[in-house]
Amino acid sequence: MSTTTLLGVLLPVVPLVAGLTGLLLPPSPRGAATGQETARRLAVGLGVAGAAGALALAVALLFTLDSSTEASTTWIRFGGLTVTLGVRLDGAAALVAVAVAAVALAVQVYSTGYLKRGPHDDVDVDHRYPPYAAQISLFTAAMLLVVVSGDLILLLVGWEVMGLCSYLLIAHDRRLPAAPAAAMKAFLVTRVGDVGFLLGIALLGVSAGSFRIADVLAHDHGTGTLTAATLLLLAGVAGKSAQFPLHTWLPDAMAGPTPISALIHAATMVAAGVYAVIRLWPLFEATPTVLAVLGVMASVTLLLGAFAATAQDDIKRVLAWSTVSQLGYMTGALAVGSPPAALFHLLTHAAFKALLFLAAGVVIHAVGTTLMSRMGGLRHRMPVTFWCTVVGLGALAGVPPLSGFWSKEGVLAAAESALLGDGPAPAWVGWLVFLSGLLGVAVTAWYATRLLLRTFFGAARDPLLNPHDPPAVLRWPVLLLAVPAVLLGLAGFWPAFADRLPSAVPGEPATAELLHVAPLMLLPLALLALGAGLAWVRWRRDSAADPATALGPLRPVFARAFRLDDVQHTLVVRPTAALGRLARGADERLVDGAVTGTGRAARALGGGLGDLHRAALPRAATAVLAGALLIGLAAVLIGATS
Amino acid sequence: MTGVDVLLLALGAVAVGSAVLVVTTKHLVRAGLYLVVCLGAVAGLYLVLAAELVAWVQVLIYVGAVVVLLLFAVMLTRAPIGASDDLDRPGWPAALIGGGVGLGLAVLMVDAYRWTTVELPAAGTAERIGEQVFGSWVLPFEVLSILLLSALVGAIVLSRPDIGAARQATGDPDREPGRSR
Amino acid sequence: MRPVIPYVTAALLFGLGVYGVLRRRNAVLVLMAVELMLNAVNLILITADTTARALLPQGGQVFALFVIVLAAAEIGVGLAIVLQLYRMRASVAVDEVPLADGPATEPIPAGVTGSGRVAGSGRVAGSGRVAGGAGDAGPGAQRPEGER
Repeated sequence: MSTTTLLGVLLPVVPLVAGLTGLLLPPSPRGAATGQETARRLAVGLGVAGAAGALALAVALLFTLDSSTEASTTWIRFGGLTVTLGVRLDGAAALVAVAVAAVALAVQVYSTGYLKRGPHDDVDVDHRYPPYAAQISLFTAAMLLVVVSGDLILLLVGWEVMGLCSYLLIAHDRRLPAAPAAAMKAFLVTRVGDVGFLLGIALLGVSAGSFRIADVLAHDHGTGTLTAATLLLLAGVAGKSAQFPLHTWLPDAMAGPTPISALIHAATMVAAGVYAVIRLWPLFEATPTVLAVLGVMASVTLLLGAFAATAQDDIKRVLAWSTVSQLGYMTGALAVGSPPAALFHLLTHAAFKALLFLAAGVVIHAVGTTLMSRMGGLRHRMPVTFWCTVVGLGALAGVPPLSGFWSKEGVLAAAESALLGDGPAPAWVGWLVFLSGLLGVAVTAWYATRLLLRTFFGAARDPLLNPHDPPAVLRWPVLLLAVPAVLLGLAGFWPAFADRLPSAVPGEPATAELLHVAPLMLLPLALLALGAGLAWVRWRRDSAADPATALGPLRPVFARAFRLDDVQHTLVVRPTAALGRLARGADERLVDGAVTGTGRAARALGGGLGDLHRAALPRAATAVLAGALLIGLAAVLIGATS
Repeated sequence: MTGVDVLLLALGAVAVGSAVLVVTTKHLVRAGLYLVVCLGAVAGLYLVLAAELVAWVQVLIYVGAVVVLLLFAVMLTRAPIGASDDLDRPGWPAALIGGGVGLGLAVLMVDAYRWTTVELPAAGTAERIGEQVFGSWVLPFEVLSILLLSALVGAIVLSRPDIGAARQATGDPDREPGRSR
Repeated sequence: MRPVIPYVTAALLFGLGVYGVLRRRNAVLVLMAVELMLNAVNLILITADTTARALLPQGGQVFALFVIVLAAAEIGVGLAIVLQLYRMRASVAVDEVPLADGPATEPIPAGVTGSGRVAGSGRVAGSGRVAGGAGDAGPGAQRPEGER
């Protein structure tokens, strides 16, 4: 086993061990002072050590890895099918692993400060910190498993563990009424997609005769099988990466603690879907139909998320919808046939979205609310947070030279080349992604500006508050995350970095595809200025009012995300619940009725027979003697005939 | 038909006739007395059939002991003197089954033996029967003695109320005196 | 000697015994009918000595003796049971003997008393609950007015 492989194997194992050990810790005793309990300190140590270890391993992997490596050992043999326990390491895996581990480390450190007194400034200590930290470690381990896994079944294991951890972590704050419902929703909605993912994996594995990714990619599948399998995989991707029909869980997941939002949105959960497509890219590349579906899905998701983000009042929900929108960019890049652009955007998005969420967490911590209508004027009180948020929002909107600008530019350039017919997807998909991407740039700029203005500028809306910059344990993760949010885009010009991105498409020059400096760059910039300018003008006219009032009658529609939740509730939830009630009624009345009816009938029959048996002497004697007579008669008659 | 057959017929008629009266009479005590006649007639049949010892045993045990016991039982249960109306249950199933059994067996017997004649064997005197009982049948005889003993003990236990009642009285000794006070 | 005569006599005696057992209500009379049946069997055994040549001579007579002994034992125990029954229930009618404790022993009376008890207790409990509820509701409804 080479050093590289060892690093790859250890990558998910280290946080896994930390997480499993952490789960063994007892919850903090009630009434203990903050930071005094051993369990909490142990949990913090384990969590941070696990994430830091993973980060060190990932960085080491990134630097030692020179080409794709693969190692596996047979795990289970189902007759003709073999499931292997193996890793498949390439540049993309190493990069995503670094991003995951870095965000996980930031979140672990940040959580120690953020969840010190329990969510929402409860005076109680957060007694459930040890399981919380352990679950983050598990979450990280699962994502890293997805990243390095060389086998589809192993990937699925990580995929499912992630779903479980997201459920547990979103529901961490049990006092919030919304949290358990949101956790349930996240679990169920992603589960719907996961069914498709599982079926797709099964189809591919059976078709190829092996679940090893290398074998699956190398096998020559039939067109029908391939289309069906990739479509099914796409359902899972849509569930995890919050694509259009299955995106509804993501905004609701904001009920979880803010660091968890950062973790889910930046590094782990939503990245998994995009990463899975990148991992299996050759399969998708061969099916233009599926890419067209993906392109439509991406465009709808992109615009839906962007427009929904314009009208939210909850700062975390704005960021959540922006995540949906940015995921649309990533899947759009995949649809137009450019995994490197998607991966690049995934990485930059991980950096700036983690930054934004952690900064928003700082703001929420200071103000005590998540509603932007009660913030405002925080610029002078919280300069560090302000500047970090500016960097994050700039990257989100795509202000040069911040990271988001370059990666979004890469996506748009890929779409542009696709609309010229230069890619695996049809040209109209290129047009669709390109145009919606451009519109998305303007809308993104608008809502990013609105968020910034509503939160940090203007007059303080709640004069009683005395917000201040956070303590070091909250500040440093935010500050450190600002570095990649600024610089990661420029890293695209660094060949060593860019070479590692397009590992799925070997033999193609990456740099030229990844970063263009072309006249067309001016178009998104103009749209960016337009969007930001519109929001600023509106705010300038009345700095107390919400720029979202400019939306007019569309505002409630956007605020409720085109009422898709209602549609989902009507079309899916209510019929399912009715079906459930029906099944329950049938179970209680028919099945249970049959069972108890059988029991009652048997008992009544037995009672009747018992009464018959307990006859008084005359009837019993009559019966016995009559029976004897009959038997005698029968014996005589049979004896006479035979 | 020989004289033996005539005797058999006459005794059989007496036995069957008195048996009919036993199962139909409305007087309890008369039923017992008719039973004596019936059993005596059967004892006569035994004598005719050359079973001397059994005939005398029948007279001694059945007519002497069993019937007396039965009459005692009739008296102890305070049976009314004279006819009683509630002695019988609905008759038709009893008549059907009893008639079926009796006539069926009779038909079988008639069918089996027709009107054949056999020689009477040597008389079953006490000497001969004694040889058999204490020779070939000694083990069943001993077993039967054990059975008789256990029946004796059982009858005593059943018929003496103070055996069961004594246990109850010791279980709750204060109750009766307390009530009498 | 024609063996058919005692055989038919025995058959008829047996049938009469069966009839008596089934017909009679009085336990003592039932026992008498049982004696008739036993005698019929004895008669058959003894007649069989004349028709069947057994390995051992007079086997039927020995058997008849044994049966007589058995009958004596039976009548002793049987009469003891009858007397005990009479002592307990002041009646020797065999169709009035209770066979076991519990409601299923005598279907009709047990069913009547059992259901009557259940219905009665249910009615009492229900009416008590209703009355209690009314009593609770009354003051509860009136209290706000009193406070005003």
